[in-house]
Amino acid sequence: MALPSLTLLGQSLLSGLFIGALYGLLGLGLSLSWGMLRQINLAHFALAFLGAYLTYQLASVGMDPLATLALIVPFFFSLGALMHWLLARFSVSAFNSLLVSFGLTAIIEALIQWIWTADFRRMESGYGEVKFRVGSLYVALPELFTLAMALALSLLVWAWLRHTYAGKAMRAIAEDAPIAAAFGVDVRGLSLLLSGLCSAFAGVAGLCLALSYTLAPGQIYAWLGVVFAAVMLGGLGRPLGPLVAGIVIGVSEALTMAFTAPAWAPLVSFSLLIVVLLVRPGRI
Amino acid sequence: MSIAIRSILAGALFALGLAAQSALAAPSGPPVRIGSTLALTGPLAATGLVHKIVGEIYVEQLNRKNGLLGRPVEWVLKDDQSRPDLARTLYEQLITVDKVDLIMGPYATANILSAMGVAQRYNKLLIHHTFGTPSLAKYEMQFPAGGLAGDPDNTIPKLVFDSLAASAKPPKSVAVVTSKFPSVHFISLGAREAAKKRGLREAAFLEWDFGNRDFGPIAARLKDAKPDFVWVGGLGLEGNLLIDAMRKIDYMPPLHFHLFPAPGPLLKAPGGENALAATTFEEHPPFTDNPVAAEFIRLYHERGAKAGLPDNSVENQSAISYSSWQTLEAAVTGARSLDDKAIAQWLKSNGVDAIVGRLRWDGPFNYIYGTDLYKVKQNQKGKWVIVWPKEFAAPGARLITP
Repeated sequence: MALPSLTLLGQSLLSGLFIGALYGLLGLGLSLSWGMLRQINLAHFALAFLGAYLTYQLASVGMDPLATLALIVPFFFSLGALMHWLLARFSVSAFNSLLVSFGLTAIIEALIQWIWTADFRRMESGYGEVKFRVGSLYVALPELFTLAMALALSLLVWAWLRHTYAGKAMRAIAEDAPIAAAFGVDVRGLSLLLSGLCSAFAGVAGLCLALSYTLAPGQIYAWLGVVFAAVMLGGLGRPLGPLVAGIVIGVSEALTMAFTAPAWAPLVSFSLLIVVLLVRPGRI
Repeated sequence: MSIAIRSILAGALFALGLAAQSALAAPSGPPVRIGSTLALTGPLAATGLVHKIVGEIYVEQLNRKNGLLGRPVEWVLKDDQSRPDLARTLYEQLITVDKVDLIMGPYATANILSAMGVAQRYNKLLIHHTFGTPSLAKYEMQFPAGGLAGDPDNTIPKLVFDSLAASAKPPKSVAVVTSKFPSVHFISLGAREAAKKRGLREAAFLEWDFGNRDFGPIAARLKDAKPDFVWVGGLGLEGNLLIDAMRKIDYMPPLHFHLFPAPGPLLKAPGGENALAATTFEEHPPFTDNPVAAEFIRLYHERGAKAGLPDNSVENQSAISYSSWQTLEAAVTGARSLDDKAIAQWLKSNGVDAIVGRLRWDGPFNYIYGTDLYKVKQNQKGKWVIVWPKEFAAPGARLITP
């Protein structure tokens, strides 16, 4: 068997890095809400696709796709806070949140299909055509943007949780909410804030999806398995975890595709997950 | 009485006569109920919607005429959510609870296979349009109306490589890249064999799992392999994802063929120019010379726009869907009965002239081997045009080889 060229190796590494960043970005909000609010929010994927469709819609009436964030982020923040308020109002447990959010996913999917039909939609944007050449390698702007957003948001959340009073209070809530409340932490307000942020991250991930992919409502479920694997590998409630795990999965998959049969790539993420579960069962 | 007045009176009488005749021909009595499911939600919904629109058009056309055997037609349509297990349950329901008179196939191989099992259990005739693995159809009363041969792994590669061989610049090397989705995978393996037999150098052979998201490494491997022609055994958007990935690394193969693409998005995709695909029908002569097809195209444009479809052109999916309804109408009319066995018997000994061409079922398990109704089309200037075989090519069109 001929050895793959360095260009093939480099391009595959880049491809894995970028898709891994998208896994990380999609997993960020899911990991935080699961680990810190004890809500397994399956609707996160549906929200990301709703964000992608809204970006598509706003861009189709002439708005710059990046500028749509100015509308999408506050809207999704409010949506996330509202969802959390409802779940808290009815004291929905972690397991039940899985069921409720699955129902919400189906509702959002139906809503998307009702508004935009089940047919494929592709956002026309100048950004999709921009790419940079680095030696013999190419870097596409939408993917670079996704990596930048994933890095920036993960680092900002990490810094917020580690270095600010609100962040430390949030970690205290995740540890033991009643005790944190006894120490004067505003459990309700901070939970609403984090929930809103998680949902806003889904909106940002939606923009990245719309920049790079053709959309169809049924694709909501296509990302579920691998992003769950990234979230679990990265550790629940750890802001840098999904990004690091996503990149590990993405790069492993890409190298598998570059060196062996591409059909083996999906085995990578779940094999890694099984290994981590066996070696470090307490991580999740 | 002047000649003019006489003419007007004669015209009025003629119009009255026509109206009376049409009133007499209007269907009456209890409706003939036709049951089917379609993937109206779930991953196959984009194409399921196309089949829904076509079915609605056809049933309306039937009811505007004489219905079926003089009775109005009612289409009982259920959403199988793109799930074969649900399709099975729903067909069971359609037959035992809804007590439909006839059933029509759902969309896509796995769901059709589910429906076929139920049809076999209840001895119901099943006409279907999108069954991609003919070797699995072992029921005597199933009738494919999609124009595919019993051996598409032979006929489609032959068609494609014939078209390339007749082009101005026949390829010398080929890369076969394919999804492992069953109905495309075995045809792609056929393409691999066909290429070998024709002495083409195999630059690459790559398979991916259905649902693959990252086509970057596959694109990079193709760029390394530099084939003259890429056979993409892709389903739906997979071809688009591969094209996107290739464009991102500034590479496009001279020629690329897509087996079962999402035709609308591929038509509009940057990089989709000159892409080849298989089809049975496109919106140009000689197909549009058929007045039935022309009327269908007009109605489909209208309904597609109303349903919010981004691409309203009639192509393979909508045409084979229409042809399957034409088959049902012809068979019921020909057999003069709603009895499944009588209709099946009629179909076995008669062909049907549908808008995709003449359909017939006189081979093993109602499939014909060695020939089909498929053609090669190419995306030329943002429009799909058939380029091979020559007798079906759009006026003036021929395969562009960059």
